[in-house]
Parts: sequence; structure tokens; C-alpha cells
Amino acid sequence: MAAKKSVRSESGKVRRVVVVGGGLAGLTTVIKLCEAGVPVDLFSLVPVKRSHSVCAQGGINASVNTKGEGDSPQVHLEETVYGGDFLANQPPVRGMAEAAPGIVFMLDRMGVTFNRTPEGLLDFRRFGGTLFHRTAFAGATTGQQLLYALDEQVRRFETINVEDDQGVSIPGERMVRKFEFWDFLSLVMDDSGIARGIVAQDLKSMEIKAFSGDAICLATGGPGIVFGRSTNSVINTGTAAAAVYQQGACYANGEFIQVHPTAIPGADKLRLISESARGEGGRVWVPRDTKEKRPGRDVPENERDYFLEEKYPGYKNLVPRDIASRELFKKCFHDKRGIFNRRSEKNENEVYLDVTHIPKPTLRKKLAGILEIYEKFVGEDPYENPMRVFPAVHYSMGGLWVDFERSSTGSLVMGSPRNQATNIPGLYAAGEVDYQYHGANRLGANSLLSCIWGGMVAGPAIASYVRNLNSSSYDLPASLLEKAEIRERDKYEGILKMDGSENPYQVHAELGEMMLVDCTIERHNATLDGVLAKIEELTDRANKVNVLDTSAHSNQPAQFTRHMFNMLTLARVIAQGARNRDESRGAHFKPDFPERNDAEWLRTTLALHKPGAGNHHTIHYARSLDYELAGQRVHVTDEVDISLVKPRPRKYEQAGAANTAAKSVAKQSLAPLPTGR
Amino acid sequence: MSEKKVRLKIRRQDSANAKGTRRWEEFEVPWKPQMNVISALMEIQKNPVTTSGGKTTPVVWESSCLEEVCGACTMVVNGKVRQSCTALVDQLAPNGQTITLEPMSKFPLVRDLIVDRARMFDALKRVHAWIEVDGSHELGPGPRQSQENQEETYPLSRCMTCGCCLEACPQINDSSEFIGPHAISQVRLFNLHPSGKMHATDRLSTLMSDGGIGDCGKAMNCQEVCPKEIPLVDSIAQVSRAVTKQMLFGWLLK
Ligand SMILES: Cc1cc2nc3c(=O)[nH]c(=O)nc-3n(C[C@H](O)[C@H](O)[C@H](O)COP(=O)(O)OP(=O)(O)OC[C@H]3O[C@@H](n4cnc5c(N)ncnc54)[C@H](O)[C@@H]3O)c2cc1C
Ligand code: SF4
Ligand code: SF4
Ligand code: FES
Repeated sequence: MAAKKSVRSESGKVRRVVVVGGGLAGLTTVIKLCEAGVPVDLFSLVPVKRSHSVCAQGGINASVNTKGEGDSPQVHLEETVYGGDFLANQPPVRGMAEAAPGIVFMLDRMGVTFNRTPEGLLDFRRFGGTLFHRTAFAGATTGQQLLYALDEQVRRFETINVEDDQGVSIPGERMVRKFEFWDFLSLVMDDSGIARGIVAQDLKSMEIKAFSGDAICLATGGPGIVFGRSTNSVINTGTAAAAVYQQGACYANGEFIQVHPTAIPGADKLRLISESARGEGGRVWVPRDTKEKRPGRDVPENERDYFLEEKYPGYKNLVPRDIASRELFKKCFHDKRGIFNRRSEKNENEVYLDVTHIPKPTLRKKLAGILEIYEKFVGEDPYENPMRVFPAVHYSMGGLWVDFERSSTGSLVMGSPRNQATNIPGLYAAGEVDYQYHGANRLGANSLLSCIWGGMVAGPAIASYVRNLNSSSYDLPASLLEKAEIRERDKYEGILKMDGSENPYQVHAELGEMMLVDCTIERHNATLDGVLAKIEELTDRANKVNVLDTSAHSNQPAQFTRHMFNMLTLARVIAQGARNRDESRGAHFKPDFPERNDAEWLRTTLALHKPGAGNHHTIHYARSLDYELAGQRVHVTDEVDISLVKPRPRKYEQAGAANTAAKSVAKQSLAPLPTGR
Repeated sequence: MSEKKVRLKIRRQDSANAKGTRRWEEFEVPWKPQMNVISALMEIQKNPVTTSGGKTTPVVWESSCLEEVCGACTMVVNGKVRQSCTALVDQLAPNGQTITLEPMSKFPLVRDLIVDRARMFDALKRVHAWIEVDGSHELGPGPRQSQENQEETYPLSRCMTCGCCLEACPQINDSSEFIGPHAISQVRLFNLHPSGKMHATDRLSTLMSDGGIGDCGKAMNCQEVCPKEIPLVDSIAQVSRAVTKQMLFGWLLK
């Protein structure tokens, strides 16, 4: 028998791992696997360089303490956990906070064009939910720069040959093979329920093909498009997560959807204006007088209501997003204080986000990227005019359930095959698609970090899983792949035959509009019951769509029809989770249950799929999960690991509430802190 | 009052080989405030019927970010190459004029507005557009860099491989191997990095070979169309000087 650690399977094939998704999480996973000597097949809907991570603007957190404020990974951990309303398992968060400075240094070595201090060090700015300067940034296009740096390293591995066990390179076998413009359809599973590969579809030729993999990692990002319009890229339909959920993977905390307070309202997309605008001193306000019709810049200072600063004198405009969004929503929706819009000639659900008082050179160096977006899409100069913004769906804290192995010191056991493992053996997940790091609300600039960290944890975990596999997927009978391929081809043929009267894009538009209005900032049980009923109705209509196009080349409508079904599935998980959770915690807010209820709800929502007839599914909510990993039985419950920071009520009205060490900074921060330049 | 409409005239072809299906199709979709070309294309998806009432398939195109950072949605809009997500309908057609959409012409066609830009990514491979890091493990802080250096490199690092510059460049055509301005500018970027510099000669030597910087005719069309306003002319000049220096004195450095 070939050694388990061998790079070749018994039948002589090069053993690979499949990574689906080439955003920050996927690319980091690939790099870590390659460095561990494990070759990878990388799949992505778009060239990985165009992944959604490219949209991230503001920055990435790491407590490097460049400004000498006394910041540390411990403080970062505490603030992240507090910001997440104590729903996150704490050991993984601790691992992340401790690794953060090293991650930013690594990115710097890879050539990310981070902004600098006069001494040539990395500059840091402020973000929400903290009083420290903890966010490293490259202008206001940080995600783009980070993604490119990792993409470049992966491209380098595309040119490097796999080496056999003697260190001799195998011609024609590259460490990374890319499959771009491929859509993940489902897992190939063996009889004992182990993931052995994937089935995917080439989006140009529409060919459906199964691929072996000794392990699979999904790094497919978030599901923002379930809400129709959001700050997300149009490819973020969550389709891959929905597919493995239907194959038995557990989806956790789906109801926790982050709504970002400041986006530009738009017909096709709600474009984000990053929190970094406020991190650099941007202020949110509305006119005191609702009849005010002058343009924002002409409204005198004393006639402006800086409502966040008034209510939260410590954190001011940088309260966490769940809180800021609720305050903005309340101002506009309940208090009817939205600002006058000259185009529509009425008061709209919009508030001002004002950076006009910040010196222009600073804006140009630090925020140009986002101000450009505002100018391009609104046609107004944000250097001179306060921007008009409103909250928008932004990020999913929930996602595929993944495990972790806690070390005796309360951090992670690096290299444990349990880390980032889903409950399907052989299937891993990392990035926004997992649920692990942000609890009930994510702090700004923590996502780029959690995505990269997720990949750094997943890589070694997968490498050790693969080394301990009893039999390689490459030695299994070909019939396993063939069966999976036939199953997916049949499904696709079924879609091509759909000739009903409904339009898939229209069904999706209606789903999105409803989810956006009824299942975001404020949630009411009666409304959610309506949402669930409407999802059933939309499913019936989805079953009657017309596929619009039956051609064999770049058939986007057929692909979209598949995604539409998967979005309906995720919508159900989100809405039902929200319906069930009768409390308010982080981003999940029910006016009828305004308090956090730790006694009943300090627990992870674990959703398991139950198939039904005609694409109507139901959900089984589990209190525990059992799965097999490398011959061992793992048992986990929905209990949250709160071993490091004890839960206490969130009170952002008080400066430094998120962390005790932060109190002293709170005092200092009332005076302006020195920034780079 | 009749509903305001957006008129589109779109160049279509069903697949690379189906030359016989090359055609124009015209559409009218309902106007919405702040609409861009992509939201107009999305309206066609909801009702794929041409102006003359003929049923057709939805037009296909590439897009992702919808805010001009991913580079996916490049096409030729009213004869000008650009991103379609930032192409606002009211600016293109203030009086309801017809908006014309075509795929880029310098890349192999896939279908409708989709072309194959693989050559651009291959070019990045050829010029080693990366830093040769020793690994992703912890090795402490990176090299210090001045604010001036950052201000020079950051704009270069915003190249989103969108293809506008190649589409506009007269030197890119069926009979040329020219690598393209985007790759040359990336060479400048990596050669400015304190550790990237250490492998500058590798990158420059690719540009000395066939299809390298020598093929650039310095027409400057590229910079004019770059949506990120990347100083491509500067990049070409700087890299050109470095290449010349290496050709003249390279043997001395060996
Ligand atoms: C506008 C905006 C600004 C943001 N700013 C910040 C910020 O400043 N700081 C911060 O920390 N976070 C920010 N975020 C959040 C952050 O950008 C994302 O959470 C993060 O980039 C997600 O990365 P990822 O690697 O998980 O997935 P993504 O980058 O979304 O990548 C997903 C990958 O999976 C692939 N994929 C998906 N489905 C399939 C399929 N079916 N088949 C094949 N491949 C598939 C895609 O092609 C892609 O390669 C921002 C988000 C938005 C929307
Ligand atoms: S300067 Fe002219 S020839 Fe050279 S790359 Fe630019 S457009 Fe092409
Ligand atoms: S240099 Fe400019 S035009 Fe060329 S690919 Fe890059 S961003 Fe596009
Ligand atoms: S869709 Fe990303 S640039 Fe237009």
C-alpha cells in the first residue's frame, strides 16, 4: 500500500484537494495546502481575481499597537466577542486575534500597498466597535489589494510542479490547477457518507463533470443576493452552501445577517460606503428640522442632529453596525426624519454621512476609492457635499457549521483535522461561508481577517486529514464519479426542460424584495410567518418557471434557475431561524423580545435539511451533532464556548464598554489621536 | 403619459463558432432612476423580447462587483471600451438615445458580450507578477516603505485586469504577440517593492523577448481608456529605461 503521506494514490494518480472559491479564504487555504506539499484543484465562478473579496474597502484588523494605545490581541478578542453579543465560540476568536498581526505582516511581505506612517510603518485607522486604531488599510480598496496579493502567490504555484515522494518534480502536474468559470453543483459522497470529490459545471461549454478530491474545502463566500439588492457582488447567491446543506451539512446561525448602516441606495445594487469613512472622522447626521430643504452643505452646524454622537458619546459614529443600522432605521422609518431629496422632491429614507470637514489631501490618500464610487454613481462630489446613505444587507454571520479543537490554554490546536471541518467528513469550509468567528454581529474589518485566518487554519487541518485518510479518493471505483455526474446531468436536463410561465429572475426579485423588507433590521413573528408562507408560494412558482434559454453555450438563465432554487432554500433557513429565536441579540432584533435571553438562547442554531416533495423542504433544528472523523466519533452540542470572556450586557452608550483595558483609551480618545499624516 | 424607456442595441452571437448567428438585436426596457447598463441588461432577463416583439434569449455578459473594482463587465459601450456597471444610462442617453453594446474585439468571443481574457492572466504569469516570499509563515514585519513609495505603488496595484487598455492598443492584434500595457505596469509595481526588486531582472528579461516592451508603439491610447487612471505611459517609459539599462549593462551585473 502506498504510504498515506504519499503524494500519489495507490493507482499512481496525483492526490489533490479540491478548493471551491478563490476569495481571500480560498486562496489562503490553497497557499497553506501547497506549502504543506498538497496539490490543489481550485474552482471558481469567476476568475479568482474577480472574487467578491475585491469589494472590501475599509481594511483588516490586527492589534499591532503602532499608535501606542495599549492595544493587544487580548483586547481584540474581548471586543470581538462583546461586539458579537457573545454568540461566537471564543477559542477560535482568540486564535484569530493572536494571529492577526502576523497575518498583516505576511500580507505586507507579499507586497500589499498598505498606507504608511512617516516612519515607514504600517498605518492603522479606527473602525467600529473599538476605540483603538487597529485597522490596516490600502487606501479604501483594501480587499482588492489583499485579494491580488494572495492571487499572485497562487499564480506562482500554478507555475510550480508537484514533486513526488523523492522530491523529483512530476512533469505536467502543477501544484495548482485552476478551473475558472465553473459552478460547484454538489459533493461526490461515498457509501459511508464521506466527501470524495465534487461535481461542477463549465459555464462556457455547460459540460458537467465530476472531479475526485481527497478533501473538499468550500470557500464560496456569503449569500447576500438572497436579499435581492445588497452590498454584495452579484455572484454571491450562496448556491454552494445551499447545495451541501441539502446533502447533509449543518447550517449554523443563519438568522444572523448584518445590515451595514451606510450604503448608497440604488436600483441594482446598494453600494457600500465603508465604515472607514467614519473611522477617518466622518459624521452621521440629519437636519433638526424635517422641513429643511437646503442641500446638506448649506445647513448650519447648530441645525444638525448628530444623533449617534449624542447617544453614544464614547464610540460616537463608530458604534457596531447592528446598533448604527437600527438607529438610522429608527430615525428614518419610525421618527420620519429622513432627509429631503432634490431628485424625488420628498423626504427619503436617507441620512447624511459627512466627510466634508476632513482635509482633502487626507480624503484623497485614505478614502479616494469609496468617494470615487459615490461620485460615479450619484453624480455628486462627496468632497463638497455630505453623502446620502441608508442601511443595506452586507454580511452573513451565519454559515456552514464548522468544528474546532480547543487547546488546554483556550486557543486552537493548530493542525487538528477538526478545525474548520463541517459535519460531512472530508468537507471543510472557510471564509464568509462558515459561521465561526463573529457571533451575532461582526465588527468592521474583522471579516478580511477571519477569511484569511480561516484559510490558515483550514489548510493545515485538511493536510492532516488527507494524510490520515485510509484510502485515497483517487483509488475508488470510477462508478462513484459517474453516478454523481449522471445525477447532476439529469437535474440539469430537468432545468432545461422547464417551460412554464414564470420568469426565474422575477421570482428571485420578489423573494429578494420580501427578505429585504421583512427579514432584516426589525423582525416581527407575524411578518416572519408571512415570509415563510410566501417562500412556499414562491417555491411553487419556481417549479413553474421557463428556463428562457436551452442553448449549450454560456447558458446563464439555466444556471440562474439552479441558483434561484438554492436561494429559496437558504431564505427558508434564514427566515425560520429568525422566527424561532425569540430574543434580541446582535443583528437579530425583535421589538417584541427586546432583551438578550442567555438562559434560553445563548446557543448556536443548528439547521439540518429535511427533503420534501416538489422542492419544498423542511428544517430540523438539532441540539447536537455527531460525526465521524478519521475513525473517531465526534459529539458536539449547540452550547457556545464562553470560557474566555464571560457574557455581560452590551452597553455601547458607555465609552470603553467593550473592554476593560479600553477605558483608559476612552479618556484619551476624546482628544484627537495622532494619525499618520 | 407613456412610460420612459431605455433603448439598447446589442451585438449578439450564440457561440464562438456560430458565426452565422452574429446579429444586432434591439430592446426597450423600462427606465429607472440611477440606472446603469447592467440594470438595463437585467431588465432584458426579466422579459427577453426584442423591440420588434420577437422572443429571444436573455443577453449574456460578465459581471460581479457592480462597482468597478472587479473588472469583469468590460464591453464596448457606444463605441468606447469601458465597464458597463459604471455606464449610467442617463449620462449615455439623456434624451433616450439608443445605447449600443458590443463585446471587446481584441479577445476571442465566447458568446454575446462575453470574451475570453485568459491571455491577460497568462501575461501576469510570464512576467512573474508576484513577490517571491519565502513562505506564508510568520517572519515578522515586512520591509519599511516610505509614504512616497506607497503613493507611487498604490495606484499601480489597482489594475483590475479589465482589458480596456488592450482593447484600445493598436499593437494588440491577431498577428502580434504583444504582452500588453497592463503587464508592463505590473512589472513596474513589483520592481518598486523592496523585496520585489531583488528579482527585477527576471521580470525585465521577459519584456526583452518577443512580444515584450519593444512592441509598444507608444501611442498612449491605453492610458486614456484605463478606468483606474493608471499612469501606463509612465510605467512603460520607466520599464523601458530599465530594460534598456539591463540590455546594455546586464552582463556587468552577472
Ligand atoms: C462592499 C463590501 C465591503 C467590505 N469591506 C470589508 C472591509 O473593509 N473589511 C472586512 O474585513 N470585510 C469587508 N467586507 C466583507 C468581506 O469582503 C467578505 O466577507 C469577504 O471578502 C469574503 O471572502 P471569502 O473568501 O469568504 O469569499 P469571496 O471573496 O466572496 O469569494 C467567494 C469565492 O467563491 C467562488 N464561488 C462561489 N460560489 C461558487 C460556486 N457555486 N462554484 C464555484 N465557485 C464559487 C467565487 O467565484 C469566489 O471565488 C466587505 C464586504 C462588502 C460587500
Ligand atoms: S502606449 Fe500605445 S502601443 Fe504602447 S501599450 Fe499603450 S496603447 Fe499600446
Ligand atoms: S491597466 Fe487599466 S485598463 Fe489596463 S487592465 Fe489594468 S485597469 Fe484595465
Ligand atoms: S462588475 Fe465589476 S467592474 Fe463592473
